[in-house]
Amino acid sequence: MTSAPAPLLRATDVATVFRTPRGAMRAVDGVSLSLARGETLGIVGESGSGKSVLGRTLMGLITDGPGTSVTGSVLLGGKDVHALSPAGRRALWGTEVAMVFQDPMTSLNPVKKIGRHLSESVRLHLGLSRAASRERAVELLRQVGIPEPARRARQYPHELSGGMRQRVVIAMALACGPRLLIADEPTTALDVTVQKQILDLLQSLGEELEMATILISHDLGTIAGRTDRVAVMYAGRLVEHARTTEVFDNPEHPYSRALIASIPHLGLPPHTLLPAIEGRPPNLLNPPPGCRFAPRCRLATDLCTAQPPALTARAGDDTGGAVACHHPLGAAKEATV
Amino acid sequence: MSAAALRRLALRVLELAGVLCIVSVGVFSLVVLLPGDPAVDILGPGRPPSEYAELRHELGLDQPLHTRYFDWLGGVLTGDLGRSVVPPQSEVSDRVVSALPVSAEIAVLGLLIALLIAVPLAMWSAYREGGIADRIIGAGTFAVLSVPSFLAGLLLVMVMVNSLGWFPRSEWVRIGDGDLLGNLHHAFLPALTVALVELAMFARVLRGDLIVTLREDFILAARAKGMSPLRILFTDALRPSSFSLVTLLGLSLGRLIGSTVIVEYLFSLPGMGSLVVNAANQGDYPMVQGAVLTIAVIYVVINAGIDFSYGHLDPRTRRVHV
Repeated sequence: MTSAPAPLLRATDVATVFRTPRGAMRAVDGVSLSLARGETLGIVGESGSGKSVLGRTLMGLITDGPGTSVTGSVLLGGKDVHALSPAGRRALWGTEVAMVFQDPMTSLNPVKKIGRHLSESVRLHLGLSRAASRERAVELLRQVGIPEPARRARQYPHELSGGMRQRVVIAMALACGPRLLIADEPTTALDVTVQKQILDLLQSLGEELEMATILISHDLGTIAGRTDRVAVMYAGRLVEHARTTEVFDNPEHPYSRALIASIPHLGLPPHTLLPAIEGRPPNLLNPPPGCRFAPRCRLATDLCTAQPPALTARAGDDTGGAVACHHPLGAAKEATV
Repeated sequence: MSAAALRRLALRVLELAGVLCIVSVGVFSLVVLLPGDPAVDILGPGRPPSEYAELRHELGLDQPLHTRYFDWLGGVLTGDLGRSVVPPQSEVSDRVVSALPVSAEIAVLGLLIALLIAVPLAMWSAYREGGIADRIIGAGTFAVLSVPSFLAGLLLVMVMVNSLGWFPRSEWVRIGDGDLLGNLHHAFLPALTVALVELAMFARVLRGDLIVTLREDFILAARAKGMSPLRILFTDALRPSSFSLVTLLGLSLGRLIGSTVIVEYLFSLPGMGSLVVNAANQGDYPMVQGAVLTIAVIYVVINAGIDFSYGHLDPRTRRVHV
């Protein structure tokens, strides 16, 4: 990451709170991050850690309204997403920022042809004619590696396989040349063999189109080697963020370390039990007062349960990495988690 | 059309023919079910028995039931629905042909009004689920549903005709008379009366389906493309949500053509409903048979058409029957 004058995306102290009948649920709680043009960021965390809500809040799909409160600011290309009018936000969607959703089986409209999914956004945002938008749709399908794109464009979503459909969803996101792509668990619903293809496709498209990418996943394995930086989320908060290699080589937060330890790899003998993180993530309606990971952390002290740790610079990291832990593991420190 | 599609169509037509066969038997047996003796109804009571027997013979009522059925069916298939047994003994088909357009117009116009109002209401309701508009629309449609149509019709007549004088007092202008505006002017109030209950039903059903559809991922994906809410409602949400509505529409259309008697009476319309009721009261069984058969055939054909339209609504159902 270079110290570019204005980052593409800058989120400051973003909090997303859902008002539920059982109380306020702080799904995202004070997250700050920034992303430069063309940079890739991975957001990892368990189910329910607030990754998807964060992704949607960054994009403005979730915004202040009845039942939801969003505080903090998200600047996207210099515009405050949450201060814009609904129409102003819609003008950004597709052209500045686009999203790839988790389940390709449900994110395409079953009664609309593939081509129409693509052509309607280019007609809307780029003002192309009917014929030109149809051509563009076929071109987009070719770009995401769909064979026989002209024929596929005339088919309905149910006539395509899951991997093909996810390519269509990606093509949909790319249609108007966004500068930021948010991929929310793009491979979770796919077969393992297809997962790699889709991740490779996202990576090569990001490089080819100089598009910044946020890759949201519960699986550190999908993020390793594909992103410049990683942000680890736990219970609505960022617990650690740094360059991907730094996090993998020297995780400072016990939670990051535990996540890395639980990635299976081929070197392990069969029937090896992977280290699991004991306990459950906290209830976001009533989170613990101190560090939210403290109840599951073997290194937790009284300080941890009493006072939430702030994000501070990681030891020996001059690239802007930070960790929120009272007792960071440190590069040299030998610790058992 | 592909061979498979042709085969499906052929099967469908066969199925339809079967249903119509059963319908014809049902309609024919109405004669047996009609209370009283047609001969007594026609001649009046207190005549010598020989006169009744003679009339029965003349009408063919002394023949065995199956002979009469096939005689009748033969006539029906050649377009001859028989003659009324009540003076002036007009052709049944003439009376049906004159009554059917009236009922059909009221039904179609009523359903159009209902759709025009119900679809936007349902969209507004579903889009702002739980909001003030949703609650008002919900209460309003519920209220309308619980008002019987004779009351709604009476109120409309009282206000729009008697007090405001916006609409003429009931005298029907036929479509064929070249006065389309006059015809619509007369048809509007009865159509609106019919529309009220239907629109309340349509709005409630469509709202429910829309709410389910709006929670789908593809709606979120469409939003993320920057589509406006109105556009998403019309181009993405409406079609996948319209199955129940279309089904209901078919049932309503079939039902309205034959059974808007109350509305027809209220507005003195010479429609199918009054035709059937009057004929039944007079023991005019060929008229009842002819009219009910016509209504039943229309009903069956409309609903077969609705079945066929599902394939258009959802491409996933197209290949199921191959």
